[in-house]
Amino acid sequence: MTSSSAVRVAELRKSYGHFTAVDGVSFEIERGETFALLGPNGAGKSTTVEILEGYRERSGGEVEVLGADPRHASLEWKARIGIVLQQTGESGNVTVREQLTHFAALYPNPRPVDEVLAAVGLEDKAKTRIKSLSGGQRRRVDVALGVIGRPELLFLDEPTTGFDPEARRQFWELIRSLSREGTTIVLTTHYLDEAAQLSDRAAVIAGGRLIDIGPVGELGTADARVPIVQWRDSGVLRRQRTTEPGRFVADLVARDGEVAELEVIRPSLEDIYLGLVEAAGATAASTDPTAGTRPPAESVTGTRVPAESSATTNGARS
Amino acid sequence: MTATPTGTASGADTSTATGTASRPARFGLGRTLRLGAARVVYETRVYFRAGDTVFFTFLFPVVLLGIFSVAFQGMGNVGTNPDGSGGISQASYYLPGMIAAGILLSGMQNLGVDIAMERGDGTLKRLAGTPLPVMSYFIGKMGQVLVTSAAQVIILMLLAKLAFGVELPSEPEKWLTFLWVYLLGIVTAAVLGIAISRLPRSGKSAAAVIIPPLLILQFISGVYLSFSLLPEWLQNIASVFPLKWIAQGMRAALLPESFASAETGGSWDLAGVAIVLGIWLVVGLVVCRLTFRWIRKDS
Repeated sequence: MTSSSAVRVAELRKSYGHFTAVDGVSFEIERGETFALLGPNGAGKSTTVEILEGYRERSGGEVEVLGADPRHASLEWKARIGIVLQQTGESGNVTVREQLTHFAALYPNPRPVDEVLAAVGLEDKAKTRIKSLSGGQRRRVDVALGVIGRPELLFLDEPTTGFDPEARRQFWELIRSLSREGTTIVLTTHYLDEAAQLSDRAAVIAGGRLIDIGPVGELGTADARVPIVQWRDSGVLRRQRTTEPGRFVADLVARDGEVAELEVIRPSLEDIYLGLVEAAGATAASTDPTAGTRPPAESVTGTRVPAESSATTNGARS
Repeated sequence: MTATPTGTASGADTSTATGTASRPARFGLGRTLRLGAARVVYETRVYFRAGDTVFFTFLFPVVLLGIFSVAFQGMGNVGTNPDGSGGISQASYYLPGMIAAGILLSGMQNLGVDIAMERGDGTLKRLAGTPLPVMSYFIGKMGQVLVTSAAQVIILMLLAKLAFGVELPSEPEKWLTFLWVYLLGIVTAAVLGIAISRLPRSGKSAAAVIIPPLLILQFISGVYLSFSLLPEWLQNIASVFPLKWIAQGMRAALLPESFASAETGGSWDLAGVAIVLGIWLVVGLVVCRLTFRWIRKDS
């Protein structure tokens, strides 16, 4: 076991009766890294994270978080991690400041309460009882409680649900500053732009299996990330995948003159992600034993026009 | 940005060595007690901010004492001589029972509902993810129960004395009886409250699951109705549960000696009070030890 990793997961399995929620997932997270876990609802990502946090028992495999097995979580170990749970509904009969002060006292080396209040933008609400806050403001209290103990490793389970765009951007800044201070961050999110903004690497989980892992810019197959040139040719929408969109457009214009609705589309993380999940669903159905580790090369993503009107180089669709 | 050493968090560099030899002193017993004290303050503050618990567990016996004392005033004194003289007022007669009911409400009902709701709304899950020792959590609950219940008893006694002219005992041995029955009663009730907090399946159902059985218990344990009015089989059932004995112990402490003959066995039977409450305390502790978890791990 390499101690430079903050998190090591090997062949993790979790089953409930006959249902397998997590099926042989392996990955490592380096210290200081921001790592995103992506996947559809029920894919097993929350189960995975809760096993890492020590909330759930695993059925098999190896897990090491900050050098310890979360199954035997000690208080010392808990003092080094921060957890922002998916949703909470506490009665909230304490003020924001009282809650932060109380939780700060649980940790050996907490951040100053005022600093955390400012970081989550709740200075104005410090004297407000938590039950009187809006949903987004309560979520910021959750985040504040997660970081108050100055964790080495921070788990964020869908942290920005219910945030308005401005609050989300503020939150991203907070996460970046934590990351600059060296905090390792494990983020599960539905917002792929959030993963793209924040994380160094991401893993995609679907059907309890890890279907891809890597730097956010390198997820999916190389083909899936090839840009698409799209234009309208005498009423028909045409698309062309090409690694040289500039040259292609130049040739196109040289040949046809100015073309209508010209667009160069670089597949977004969302496109690539949806392609991966779709492909994983398809291969899982065909019970391919290697389906969990590598996405099929032929998955087409980034299609924003009906398939029949496209003229892509690899037109195969699953 | 990968693999940056965590320079800000103290102890980060030695992190890989933890869990082996030296357990830092800051995670020892002193910390557990200090955090327990902090929890007592926090829990007590939260308790008094929740209007419904303040009414149903804290003020309820006070209100009932007022109602009973006023309503039954016309019936004259209790335990009078054949010529109608002597005896004690209705308020004096009901005070021990209301204190006993308060002990049950502040200990068992309060913690049973409170912890079930904390399990349901995510409070326990959040605490489970922090380095708060379970023992500190329980010290906080126990402290909150002791503070609120002591305040409740003082208010009951003040109301009885100031509003209804109840004479509180002057003999030190009566107060000694009061003290040990109170402490054994409240600790047992609190432990049983923690034990039954596992019964409700959700936080929303907590009050509905826990309050009705305890209300029935109050009616059959000689709190609202005189115990001697009940048929023998109901007395036998009630005698299994702790409230009957708490109430009996409180009567022993607060009523004149002449009332001992009105008890079922013709005496206060303080040994019985100690034994039954002691058994329930041990049973409660064992159940807590076996069943309490921060969270349902695999739900």
